[in-house]
Amino acid sequence: MPERKIRILIAKPGLDGHDRGVKIVARALADAGHEVVYTGLHQTPDMIASAAVQESVDAVGLSILSGAHLTLFPAIIEALRSRGAGDVPVFGGGIIPDEDMEALRAAGVAAVFKPGTTTTDIIKWVEANVRPR
Amino acid sequence: MAGLAKAALAGDVRAAAQLMRDLDDRQPGALQELRELYPATGRAYVLGVTGNPGTGKSTVVDWLIERYRRQGQRVGVVAIDPTSPFSGGAILGDRIRMQRHSTDDGVFIRSLATRGHLGGLSRSTHDVVTVLDAMGNDVVIIETVGVGQDEVEVVAAAHTSIVITVPGLGDEVQAIKAGILEIADILVVNKAERDGADRTVRDLQGMLELRPREAPTVEVLRTVATRGEGIDELCAAIERHHAGVGAAQAAARRRQRAFAEVRDALRERLLEAAAAAAGPGGLEAIAAEVAARRTDPYSAAERLLAALRGTDPPRGAGGC
Repeated sequence: MPERKIRILIAKPGLDGHDRGVKIVARALADAGHEVVYTGLHQTPDMIASAAVQESVDAVGLSILSGAHLTLFPAIIEALRSRGAGDVPVFGGGIIPDEDMEALRAAGVAAVFKPGTTTTDIIKWVEANVRPR
Repeated sequence: MAGLAKAALAGDVRAAAQLMRDLDDRQPGALQELRELYPATGRAYVLGVTGNPGTGKSTVVDWLIERYRRQGQRVGVVAIDPTSPFSGGAILGDRIRMQRHSTDDGVFIRSLATRGHLGGLSRSTHDVVTVLDAMGNDVVIIETVGVGQDEVEVVAAAHTSIVITVPGLGDEVQAIKAGILEIADILVVNKAERDGADRTVRDLQGMLELRPREAPTVEVLRTVATRGEGIDELCAAIERHHAGVGAAQAAARRRQRAFAEVRDALRERLLEAAAAAAGPGGLEAIAAEVAARRTDPYSAAERLLAALRGTDPPRGAGGC
């Protein structure tokens, strides 16, 4: 009886230390029945990519409140690629202005959730777009 | 997916991780891959780390990784956290304390959720240890879920079991009650800078003295894992335990471990076979009959066993 779960890595890259939001998202995804690997604060792109590979996750979710999203998202996608995991979708949220959305999409970010997004919306997106590998 | 075992043996980290995933998800074909790996295993030294929640297991494991890496040994870690029985989901957070090793290619950390399995391990723990062993890790550390009194399964999975406690968890009676203390090869009182550490160490030693004279030596150590204090002593104690385990005892443990693996595999296969033999509605339909008190759990089990054997269930008690 194969019982498949969605496994998601949730991480906070970079230097900002505000982890309240990311913990709420991690909790909500777990409460929705998924397995969440939470790696905590101050992750470098390479740490995130390495953990994503070792944990064979189906997606990587990032919280970025520092304003460095235009640097960090592409760096993490590149780090995943260089470890052979470029097929793992990356999504995220944080304080991200509308004018940066296009650039993030172009960089390969699968979804960006802005402030005010409900956890229900995030869960819905995950369940519609992420499949167990 | 075919070829994962071969790729994992050749050092492909992604393939090894995917195989662990397939084993955890019980994907068709995964067990065949595992069979291919099995001959390449049995070389890793397996350490079990267990104890109540919040006693510092992950932090101690972080330091053990650091010490083994200093010696140039490759380390695999299986860190287990509980699955919520209500949602079926889990937050796996043990990596947080081991972050500094996350880009070290000589360290492979895998988080697992219990997925309903009791006893401190997850259903696939043995399998994931097998993969880590086959990958060539010299040491594999299993960090159990922190439930307190029941995570005794780790004994059968590990060469050396470390039980971690902290001051102030309860009095001597509490310590005796907790079955986990009987499984310890080494006892660690972590957060030993706190009040009551001496008392906890004394209580544990007092308890150990109550055991039969021929019982093996169990060392009681103090650590302050957040500061790395006592870790060298812990490593030395692990070495002493390793060296002190005689050939006969080591063979007995190997058999015990193999027994647990066979039992787990059998249990799962039997359950699957019984579910298939249960007829329409599967085990749920039979559970509903029991819930409605139309039959009892033992008769239901007898019926399933009989269906498996292809015979009628025994009538009456038999004998006199």
